Amino acid sequence: MAEKTITIKVLRYNPEQDQAPVFQAYQVPFSDDMSVLQALLFIKDELDETLSFRWSCRMAICGSCGMMINGNPKLSCKTFLRDIYPETVRVEALNHFPIERDLVVVMDDFIDKLERIQPYIIPAAPRSLAQGEYLQTPAQLEKYEQFSSCINCLLCYAACPQYGLNPEFIGPGALALLHRYNADSRDGASAQRMELVAAEEGVFNCTAVGYCSEVCPKHVDPANAVNQNKTTAAGNYFMSFLKPRGTSK
Amino acid sequence: MEIFKADVVIVGAGGAGLRAAIAVAEAEPGLTVALVSKVYPMRSHTVAAEGGSAGVAQAHDSFEHHFNDTVSGGDWLCEQDVVEYFVSQCPEEMVQLEHWGCPWSRKPDGHVNVRAFGGMKIERTWFAADKTGFHMLHTLFQTSIKYPSIKRFDEHFCTELIVEDGRAQGVVVIGIASGEFTLIEAGAVVFATGGAGRVFRENTNGGIVTGDGMALAYRHGVPLRDMEFVQYHPTCMPGTGLLFTEACRGEGGFLLNKDGYRYLQDYGLGPAEPVPRNKAMELGPRDRLSQAFWHEQQKGRTIEGPHGSVVHLDLRHLGEQKLRERLPQIYELAEEFLGVDPAKTPIPVRPAVHYTMGGVLVDGRCAAPLPGLYAAGECSSVGIHGANRLGSNSLAELCVFGKVAGIEAARFARSVAPGNAATLRKQAEASEQKARAIVTKSDGSERIATLRKEMAETMERGCGIYRLGDSMQATCDKLDELRQRYKNIGIEDKSSVWNSNWLMAIELGFQLDVAQAMAYSALSRKESRGAHQRLDGFETRDDENYLKHTLAHFDGDGRPRIDYGPVRITKSQPAVRAYGAAGEKAEKEAKHG
Repeated sequence: MAEKTITIKVLRYNPEQDQAPVFQAYQVPFSDDMSVLQALLFIKDELDETLSFRWSCRMAICGSCGMMINGNPKLSCKTFLRDIYPETVRVEALNHFPIERDLVVVMDDFIDKLERIQPYIIPAAPRSLAQGEYLQTPAQLEKYEQFSSCINCLLCYAACPQYGLNPEFIGPGALALLHRYNADSRDGASAQRMELVAAEEGVFNCTAVGYCSEVCPKHVDPANAVNQNKTTAAGNYFMSFLKPRGTSK
Repeated sequence: MEIFKADVVIVGAGGAGLRAAIAVAEAEPGLTVALVSKVYPMRSHTVAAEGGSAGVAQAHDSFEHHFNDTVSGGDWLCEQDVVEYFVSQCPEEMVQLEHWGCPWSRKPDGHVNVRAFGGMKIERTWFAADKTGFHMLHTLFQTSIKYPSIKRFDEHFCTELIVEDGRAQGVVVIGIASGEFTLIEAGAVVFATGGAGRVFRENTNGGIVTGDGMALAYRHGVPLRDMEFVQYHPTCMPGTGLLFTEACRGEGGFLLNKDGYRYLQDYGLGPAEPVPRNKAMELGPRDRLSQAFWHEQQKGRTIEGPHGSVVHLDLRHLGEQKLRERLPQIYELAEEFLGVDPAKTPIPVRPAVHYTMGGVLVDGRCAAPLPGLYAAGECSSVGIHGANRLGSNSLAELCVFGKVAGIEAARFARSVAPGNAATLRKQAEASEQKARAIVTKSDGSERIATLRKEMAETMERGCGIYRLGDSMQATCDKLDELRQRYKNIGIEDKSSVWNSNWLMAIELGFQLDVAQAMAYSALSRKESRGAHQRLDGFETRDDENYLKHTLAHFDGDGRPRIDYGPVRITKSQPAVRAYGAAGEKAEKEAKHG
């Protein structure tokens, strides 16, 4: 029996030689348990050494391998060929970021934003190590735990129409992390972080599309974080303008 | 070539590198730290650690218990003074992480919770659900942003350690986005580059785990210690090798063979009880569990799957609610990658390479024999893991020894005068030429993917769970051959921007050197201890001849030179390493006799 194959079309771009990105197609052996990442690694190893993409852990926790797969922001390590076969797999760099090369985007902007939101505990009541741990009940932990699960994969930025229009917008991932610290019972700096949120590039840029939460591979639900901060920033009045999350794209 | 003047340069920004950077910044805010990572720090492989991090936390536990578990778990090949320091520092480091925001799982009263882990007598494994490494890494990374003296070189690839005047004085790095080189001058260098598990075929490791720092130190004459001890984790995904944490068993999971039988009771780990007892059955140490799998396979009692033999990790009796709360990532991995609902169906698992116990030789203060060079974390051999690491000791190690490395490197950097700028630059330029030649002059016929595959296959054949002299010799010969063929590689990609073809070629060079150190170290150790088990007449531990550390010395194009160093034994004399009921009996006898 002939080996089953699947077509992978990859958007290629090498800034040293290409005017503009162009698709290149590869035939890859298909098996039921293969991820898109494994298909890309097959291309890199067997067909074309010049293809560049970020990857590492292969298990959806390092956040490296975000890309557009058939038009949707996805982690390539947990997107499986079986869910696309026999259709062609179309792979492109993440939307809304400049392409550095092939599937690699320039992510400096996100790193700058992450650094700006003061993503660390600024203690409400400083404690020495000798005093032991802060007490934090499971209920207090639950208030921020989900937002601490962000793997910085940038899928939410690629999904956010507002970030696409206005890159000044802090964006869903960094806002979720900001909320993660504000909602932590050990932290006492939410007032200074809220100054960022209330600023023009803060939460009010969000138009509550909710696509960010839909694409999040770790169920962080950044839209919920953004909305909670809107509430804090300006009172419940604004809630009346928000659509329920996940209802439109 | 750009020049950056730092006081301390740290290569690797996973748990150990970040902890070292913060330690320098806190101890000496006036010193400039260059923190180099070939990825963004939060991509580092610490991220994939799942189960937890050790530190004595309960009133009925003690440092002595943690010490004894670690030393016997390591089959007495541990530096006991270093283990003693380690266990005494773990709790404070775990509290430090708590203060920095790590979302440790809690008890109802708000105190941090701990769970059981393999080979640990008492529950002392701190955890953040089953994403402990992820949370520790992000906590450390985000906390590091607070310190203005830490200057990050994200996505910079280290190609060379600069040694001048008999001491480490900096590193050469490639900016991955530009292909441009930078010389980072520093009074002290810390390597925190992680392990080398990718030299094997089926492994739990991320693609970046290629032994870079080990190889760089080794090439400069620093011995690699105990490299034959490579840990197979018993419960991994067939084919990909992805990890199902030991916490699955810490929470009460069972291992079953094809008859649904808890086979570990046949290998000195029983009795089988409905709730696992600490240091028994599924909570035995990793080396013993992986070895038991091998024997079951020989007996034909495993299950044949598309990616080789498997046994079953049965979590069904824990119930969906507990699994979602305590093991959410495991649940998702099983569902999404295998299409298995672990609340309803057992997960097929098999052992895969997980951890390199050995590494860059350092003393208890993380100092290598080369002045100015320090190492911490998986790339180092500080002496706490011996012949077999206990689960949850490595995350704690990152913190305890990351901090030590940072403090010691800062102290050393303060004590030395800046090097001769012109000489350092000359060395760095030579190193740049050498690295660039891999692209410009390499039109050879060997493909790096082929060599990498052959390396990984021969390592698996010769240096697996059980080892034979003949097959280890064949692996050594094969690696000699691959190192020769490596000189004739061809690189298709000639560009500068994000040339991962080039970087993978350099990584393969690192991997071949490290693999060779592993294989020759294994061949030379004619006994069985911990993760090094032989079946060719050396089936037992031989304290008379081999209670000593293996030291592999680099010898250019040739084979590594192997010699040995003493093991520091302070208060625990080597004894029979027993688990299950036999272990409890031995412990009682030791107490009363």
